[in-house]
Amino acid sequence: MRKNSTKLIILSVIALICMLLFAFYDIKGGFSYAFPKRLERLFAMVITGTAIAYATVAFQTVTHNRLLTPSVMGIDSMYHIVQTIIYFALGSSSIFVVSRYLNFGVSVVAMVLFAVILYRFLFRADKYPIFLLLLAGMIIGTLLGSLVTFMQVIIDPVEYESLQARLFASFMNVKTELLFISAGIVSLAFLYGRRILHKLDVMSLGREHAINLGINYDKMVLRILILSSILIAVSTALVGPITFLGLIVSNLAYQYFSTYKHSVLIVGASLISVIALVGGQFLVLHVFNLTTTISVIINFIGGLYFIYLLLKESRKTA
Amino acid sequence: MIELKGLSKSFGKKTVVENVTLKIQSGAITSFIGPNGAGKSTLLSMVSRLLDADTGEVLLDQSDVKKMKSDAFSKRVAILKQANHLNVRLTVRELVSFGRYPYSKGRLNEEDNQFVDKALAYLNLTDMQDKFLDELSGGQKQRAFISMVIAQDTEYILLDEPLNNLDMKHSVQIMKILRKLVDELGKTVVIVLHDINFASVYSDRIVALKDGRLVKDGPTNEIINSESLREVYDMHIPVQVQDGCRICVYFNSHN
Repeated sequence: MRKNSTKLIILSVIALICMLLFAFYDIKGGFSYAFPKRLERLFAMVITGTAIAYATVAFQTVTHNRLLTPSVMGIDSMYHIVQTIIYFALGSSSIFVVSRYLNFGVSVVAMVLFAVILYRFLFRADKYPIFLLLLAGMIIGTLLGSLVTFMQVIIDPVEYESLQARLFASFMNVKTELLFISAGIVSLAFLYGRRILHKLDVMSLGREHAINLGINYDKMVLRILILSSILIAVSTALVGPITFLGLIVSNLAYQYFSTYKHSVLIVGASLISVIALVGGQFLVLHVFNLTTTISVIINFIGGLYFIYLLLKESRKTA
Repeated sequence: MIELKGLSKSFGKKTVVENVTLKIQSGAITSFIGPNGAGKSTLLSMVSRLLDADTGEVLLDQSDVKKMKSDAFSKRVAILKQANHLNVRLTVRELVSFGRYPYSKGRLNEEDNQFVDKALAYLNLTDMQDKFLDELSGGQKQRAFISMVIAQDTEYILLDEPLNNLDMKHSVQIMKILRKLVDELGKTVVIVLHDINFASVYSDRIVALKDGRLVKDGPTNEIINSESLREVYDMHIPVQVQDGCRICVYFNSHN
């Protein structure tokens, strides 16, 4: 078996190759026009990829479940409903659509608030087990989803067209200004996230062992859930929801590294995530010639992988 | 010294522990005994801060444990619960190293590694330190968890039914190790036990609970007798003395 540091280097090299290919392969038109655009997209993919990887691994550690991701908590649905309400109530010409800043700000704040309020009300660790919280999140997600469908059915078809574009992940039209704000928020979150890597290791032992070893467990769970909400909210508001990405990269990282150390798992998951996004986007551009989108590819592969994981899991318990 | 003052806990309408006040003697093994559902594990969980008490307080050297810092507390009191299933795959050494977390915060130094070595040696695990936990037998696994608690180097060690699912040989082995911890290293051990004879042979003091209430608290000799045990278990338990040990022969008892 290879050592984990070797594996990390291999992944880094692959990620680097993907990034170089994406940045330089087959540049047409003016280099000075195309190159900065490509760098911007690359930057967006790195931010989104690492944010989703960290958020998912940390989330799965505190929920002790490797098949759940923060989108199960209804965060993606919250993004859908915020966008739909804006289009439904104010129309596509409103300032909340036109101004990317406002739209970004409103979406992020709504998603994080939603998560915080949900946890505040539901999260009483000694009263409700965590699966109840997740169940509540799923039900609220479904409720929001139905509301979204309801509004989309009676909305003006032209508005609906433009709304649709917002609801699918896309790296093609990322705005530079938002990129820097997102990078700022994600870096701040990572600064805190780095400090708690060892705490995550201890928390993966379970509540009782973690408390025994001096972790203020219930407070830390709440903090980590909020941290992952912020990371997912920012990446969703930046490029749109990529539901299955977190699930794929976290589980591939667990399988590939087989370690408990979050310093390795999270860096590994981030690299895999960047490879998936940049490599996937490269395929979309140069192999599929834009006939499909990255979120379709990732959700297709991710869906298959999810079914595989479920089957594997059920065979283990049988 | 650990002092429990008027501790109570209810789950829904059911009161599991009711107004328990007692002092835990330092440098001794204290066993919690009692019928199923007497509240032994709940009481231990409250002492170790795994559960918040509804009323009452736990004092560690006169200070309220709720007001103590989590990491300061974890350097003084260690708890091991009975269900020790882990979601992560660890080697024995990795698990035992986690016991150093309160001191090392994840970065083991030379001193931490020495403590880990000693804790492994103490439970005869040195040879299998690089094995994964899921490759071990029940007894070896239990020893690995106890070794983690020893690496934590606390004055107080609380154990919730550590003999569960262990055969006689391993049970004796573990009780002997606990005795050594108290006699050689001066630790204080509090243990929830189901087997009354292990409690009788190895503990210095016994605390008996029934329906959430404290019914007996005293030196082992004063509690292991038919009269006191009837109060706790509602059955006749003959006690015989064998090689200086008081053994309860209840297997064929009529009421």
